[in-house]
Amino acid sequence: MSKNQLLVFNSKGIYCKQANIYIDPWKPVNKAIITHGHADHSRYGHKHYLTHHKNVPIIKHRLGDISVEGVEWNQPFTINGVTFSLHPAGHIIGSSQVRVEYKGEVWVFTGDYKTEDDGLCTPYEVVKCHTFITECTFGLPAFKWKPQQQVFEEINTWWKENQSEGKTSVIFGYSLGKAQRLLKHLDTSIGKIYTHGAVENMTEVVRPLVDLPPTELITRETKKEELLGNMVVAPPSTHGSPWIKKMVPYVTATSSGWMAFRGARRRRAIDRGFVLSDHCDWGGLLASIKATEAERVICTHGYTDIFSKYLREIGYDASIENTDYEGEREEVTPTAETVS
Amino acid sequence: MSLQTFAQLIEKLDATNKTNQKVAALAHYFEQASDEDKLWTIAILSHRRPPRPVNTTLLREYAAELANIPLWLFEDSYHIVGDLAETIALVIPDEKQQTSKTLSTFLEEIIELKAQDDEAKKSYLQHNWKSLDYHARFVFTKLLTGSFRIGLSQKLMTRALSKTTGVDEDELAYRLMGDWSPTNTTFQELVFEENKEANLSKPYPFYLAYAIEGEASELGDVSKWSVEHKWDGIRGQVICRSGEIYVWSRGEELVTDKYPEFENFKDSLPDGTVLDGEILPFIDGEIGLFNDLQTRIGRKNVSKSILQKVPVIFKAYDVLEFEGMDIRSKIFEERRAILSSVIESSKSDALHISDTMQFDSWEEVAHERDLSREKRSEGLMLKRKDAIYQVGRKKGDWWKWKVDPLTIDAVLTYAMRGHGRRSNLFTDYTFGLWNENEKGEKELVTFAKAYSGLTDKEFNQVDSIIKKTTLERFGPVRSVEPQLVFEIAFEGIALSSRHKSGVAVRFPRIHRWRYDKKIKEANSLDDLKQLIV
Ligand SMILES: [Zn+2]
Repeated sequence: MSKNQLLVFNSKGIYCKQANIYIDPWKPVNKAIITHGHADHSRYGHKHYLTHHKNVPIIKHRLGDISVEGVEWNQPFTINGVTFSLHPAGHIIGSSQVRVEYKGEVWVFTGDYKTEDDGLCTPYEVVKCHTFITECTFGLPAFKWKPQQQVFEEINTWWKENQSEGKTSVIFGYSLGKAQRLLKHLDTSIGKIYTHGAVENMTEVVRPLVDLPPTELITRETKKEELLGNMVVAPPSTHGSPWIKKMVPYVTATSSGWMAFRGARRRRAIDRGFVLSDHCDWGGLLASIKATEAERVICTHGYTDIFSKYLREIGYDASIENTDYEGEREEVTPTAETVS
Repeated sequence: MSLQTFAQLIEKLDATNKTNQKVAALAHYFEQASDEDKLWTIAILSHRRPPRPVNTTLLREYAAELANIPLWLFEDSYHIVGDLAETIALVIPDEKQQTSKTLSTFLEEIIELKAQDDEAKKSYLQHNWKSLDYHARFVFTKLLTGSFRIGLSQKLMTRALSKTTGVDEDELAYRLMGDWSPTNTTFQELVFEENKEANLSKPYPFYLAYAIEGEASELGDVSKWSVEHKWDGIRGQVICRSGEIYVWSRGEELVTDKYPEFENFKDSLPDGTVLDGEILPFIDGEIGLFNDLQTRIGRKNVSKSILQKVPVIFKAYDVLEFEGMDIRSKIFEERRAILSSVIESSKSDALHISDTMQFDSWEEVAHERDLSREKRSEGLMLKRKDAIYQVGRKKGDWWKWKVDPLTIDAVLTYAMRGHGRRSNLFTDYTFGLWNENEKGEKELVTFAKAYSGLTDKEFNQVDSIIKKTTLERFGPVRSVEPQLVFEIAFEGIALSSRHKSGVAVRFPRIHRWRYDKKIKEANSLDDLKQLIV
């Protein structure tokens, strides 16, 4: 086996032939290493799942009764001579990069990742390698994130303003990942945080793993008067649904990397857009690639053509592989609640 | 107040989609801003920017250099962001400096910049880009490049200004029209004083119709309505005052020089006349197509050959001023009687009247609408006979009743990333129709591009099919395996030597996705040509 083919991209996913195992496959397989719990990376139907132990309760919640084994970060395990280990990706709780080593050749697959410490999940760790398989959802120089502290100041200020106008604040975030990041950094001295069922259920699942403020589930009995001035965290799919009518008078916001674009912020449907992403920005991608000391870079999803062209120009052996990963979908679309 | 304050206003206007909040934000700004800044703000929001001091090619080079990225990467980013000023604001890093210069100072500098050499322009731009934060950098660059589209109509700006100044809204709308610029007037003069000289060329705000929503018969008694064809040209106002002719287009642009055909109106119209109507191409004694007119629009100089090739007429449908009197409050029937007599006594070949029609039933009106394409119109205008001439877009008295679009089934052949919020998806498509080449083989010939008409969900689905069936990539464009058939709707169609297909269509958009059709079942170029009247 050529060392250039330690991992291949076939019709089912990223495949290691030597170990006969897939990473984040999009079609059902026997054995799958899973980077994180978002639906485009952890799909139904595999016979056996292997993932970081923090991700175990998450994918069990999502996929039901599956055969899954949890491992710790930086704990190598060997399959037919191939050494695998998981390393924090900083994307969402329990998200990992996968390091694959065979006869001295090292490949790393990032899954989804971000370099900023979000104060919630274990921060991204640089893993040195020869070939780095990276996402590039926001692989354009137009994407530069502000420090999250600044963004949360904006969000909390917005909450206070809405409160002073006697309105309920509704912020949309995917129930796994963005919702918990919001919960972690909302200023609970302003008011109470209410949740939609999908957010509440997923938050319950991760509560044993992280420290989060108390939340209150919105039920049939919840009166709209008690919501006034408080914050509601809900999945994007609830936007425009009858469920949300209960909040009147309310103001809506969404938080996503796409909000960096004026066109996205000005969407008719949402009152405010905050630029906050669980993926790397341009600088984050370039810095992490450099830090891995990789010579070869494979771009899987996002602005792959543009990003890989730039990488080649600055001296990397960069190419593109097509996958079924979707990166950060624009929030509040009819197909919401699938990925982030 | 620094440019930052103006940038915050733009951010606020962007951040809300509620009319009341927009008006409140603007009124709040007007209360605080200096007269100079207010004047410039009105000018900018009514599309009166100073002339562009630097061409956009240089602007891109300077920005890419400052952002330390190759030019092609800047260009690709620009394609995805969709707006030059926004791209520049995004790619240049924040250095956290603040400026204390005001909006009006910036604009004065921008006016002076035009005459300077490239080196001076470059250092001025790069210095300012560095010293502004993202929002101010965006606004500063917008001042250099183009108009603001902030979902704030002239109407809302006028309302906000009326709130802070106490001047009546309609009166204010009138005062803000015409040929003024911040360099030849002051805020006080513009908003509070009657300016005789500027008034000479001043047009009236256009009355704009809404599209009819339900059945035309819901408008009630047909005898109360006057019917005209809806001409497919450029809405315009012809002003004849003190022996001069002024021509305004609906975009509030003074376009007198572009239509020398109307120069002789001053000999055939009584002084103190203002006509509302349509500028139409008129070739060999027949109304032409909008497509013909397009060859005249956008040209700086109207050459002799273009005047011969695409002569124009003014088809008048209303009169707003007669014998120097504003007659907009007279009812439509009375205004039309005046218009008829004015046009009858005029001697100009380029001045026509848009005929009004009366019908006994809505069925007859519908029948007339079916004849629109033959008569080179887009459909019908329904105007209440007893209505005054209103300001802006108002419901009730004027309705447009357009003909249904033409449609054809075409195959998706190329895809490009969308702009703005859709920039992560392939949403701009090129469509082809079947045609037989010289060798007798069937091939797809490009006939139109379209980027609207699908739901977000459909765009997501098409996007993922495109990503999986990509054949070749050319920067942001991909050729895809022909697989998908779409019904494309368009308004007008004409033969065109400028298009590969030999046909130009107007306002193409996706009507629906024909999941049920195979590509072999899509239409041919010949089918398309059959639609030409
Ligand atoms: Zn993810």
